[in-house]
Amino acid sequence: MTAGDERPSFELVTDDEGATVRLAGAWTVETAGPLFQELQLLRLPGRGRLILDGAALSAVDTAGAWLIYRLGREARKNNLAVDLAAMRGPHRSLIDEVAANDAPCPVTPPHKLGAVQLLEDLGKGTADLWREGLKFVSFVGLVVVTIGRTLLQPQRLRFTSVVYHMEQVGVRAMPIVGLMAFLLGIVIAQQGEFQLRRFGAEVFVVDLVAISILREIAILITAIMLAGRSGSAFTAQIGTMVLNEEIDAMRTLGIDPIETLVLPRLFAIVLMTPLLTFYSDIIGIFGGGLFSWLALDMTPAAFIDRLNAAITTDSFLVGIIKAPFFAAVIALAGCFEGLKVSGGAESVGKQTTRSVVESIFLVIVLDAAFAVFFSAINM
Amino acid sequence: MTSDPVIKVRGLKTAFGPQVVHDNLDIDVYQGEIIGVVGGSGTGKSVLLRSIIGLLHPVAGSIEVLGKDIIGMSQHELLELAVRWGVLFQHGALFTSLTVAQNIEAPLREHTKMPQQLMDEIASYKLSMVGLPPDAGAKFPAELSGGMIKRAALARSLALDPDILFLDEPTSGLDPIGAAAFDGLIRRLRDALGLTVFLVTHDLDTLHAVCDRIAVLAEKRVIVIGAMDDMLACEHPWVREYFHGPRSRAAGLHKAAGDGPQG
Repeated sequence: MTAGDERPSFELVTDDEGATVRLAGAWTVETAGPLFQELQLLRLPGRGRLILDGAALSAVDTAGAWLIYRLGREARKNNLAVDLAAMRGPHRSLIDEVAANDAPCPVTPPHKLGAVQLLEDLGKGTADLWREGLKFVSFVGLVVVTIGRTLLQPQRLRFTSVVYHMEQVGVRAMPIVGLMAFLLGIVIAQQGEFQLRRFGAEVFVVDLVAISILREIAILITAIMLAGRSGSAFTAQIGTMVLNEEIDAMRTLGIDPIETLVLPRLFAIVLMTPLLTFYSDIIGIFGGGLFSWLALDMTPAAFIDRLNAAITTDSFLVGIIKAPFFAAVIALAGCFEGLKVSGGAESVGKQTTRSVVESIFLVIVLDAAFAVFFSAINM
Repeated sequence: MTSDPVIKVRGLKTAFGPQVVHDNLDIDVYQGEIIGVVGGSGTGKSVLLRSIIGLLHPVAGSIEVLGKDIIGMSQHELLELAVRWGVLFQHGALFTSLTVAQNIEAPLREHTKMPQQLMDEIASYKLSMVGLPPDAGAKFPAELSGGMIKRAALARSLALDPDILFLDEPTSGLDPIGAAAFDGLIRRLRDALGLTVFLVTHDLDTLHAVCDRIAVLAEKRVIVIGAMDDMLACEHPWVREYFHGPRSRAAGLHKAAGDGPQG
């Protein structure tokens, strides 16, 4: 951007032999937009010669030179002979420079017709879904094989890394998971009380809170928080390492990325999720109990009495058994999507989104399957 | 080179915490010249470049670019001045979510008002100027080779027809043929567009082929500045080592300067 003060302008003068366009002012990238629009409206004569007179030009950069070159190109299409002799030397060489580089390029990848594109996207999406599924299954298989090998040689397990991830995944998630469980406990008690009071059955609030928290709510909220907190972190960490060629470096150094990156994360989250679930069981029931005490005047002793009658070991087990499975799904989806990162920063974001959506989806599907299973075995 | 300098740095001091990178550094860059900045790793070549373009704030000293003191400038004023220079970052720094042509259009879209058709045309000739084939326009940066990324990034830095071009190691990571072509490109663009080029490099061939003057950074300042002959005549041990070492012989510097017994 060259600073030029004079307003750019042009003037068409026709004579017997053709026409002259007198250019004046600063023809630069700043002024090119309006000039381009005005030049579109210029009507050139049908024959003869066109003189481009640039004696009054104060500044020209490549954008200005391009506009002047374009004017000449249009004129030649009209069978006019273009005369640049009245341009100043440096301006002329700029015009020659852009003229030599007149090679239109596509700006975006080609687009197909709407319906065709839609059909193609649908087909591609379906095929990709199938292929992705196969890849995920083979990734799970690879992880299982690696686990088997690690069990035979336990010293290969990165113990420090496991402990580090246990802290990141488990200990540091306690405040947020606890808060969520606590609030959900209150909400369930409050909503339950509102409905049950109509039947004079407020006392069953305890059953409602205890059973729903133990069987479903505690594990689901824990799994969803972990998917959002840790699954996404796994994808972003591993994805960035892929972009940085660290994974390739590991492979060439004979370090197995599954063993060093995936297994510690998997073990850490599988170990920590049952503990976190147990913790949110307690906090959730505590939240429900606190609400019952303050809003329903149910003493803690009465609450615990009722709790003893309402739940069995099974209620607790149904929740806690699901924890390691959900945890494994979150870790596998997170690491799988991370390893699939390619290209640039945008890809990390895309895969992270996919990892979170995928793991929450799989957790809910798995939860439904467990519900069917547990009711079949009367648990 | 009798006019006022385009870039005028006086008494520059930059530091990261207790670590002082530059101390009392002076440098002048004149209109239309290609100046090459060299120095060992860690002597702050890139830091100098980043200070001049306002990305880093020095501890002391003054930096004048195009007659304006950039230190203490507001973000807004700096942005206004920044459209008059183009920067080629070491790794290109192309926006990965945009195609090459859209990358070139990005500064045009931000700083000027022009119809899409004109932007597309400008992107096309810039692309051709830096020696990329037209079909590169619709490609994403991830689909390009290292050399093509540098060229595309150069095209983007030229989008607003800057007065000054800053290049951070433009030929690093390129093969010798690609690097030589890039050297030629920089010279040709300077001649065609009348640019002033501030070039940070390690590449002796580039220094020899394109630079009018060379500035050597060492001991936290510019220890010598001048043409290649002055470098070869300089007695400073680091400069001797750099310009008389085995790699400089390969670059044919000594023959060029008429002192070839070692080569």
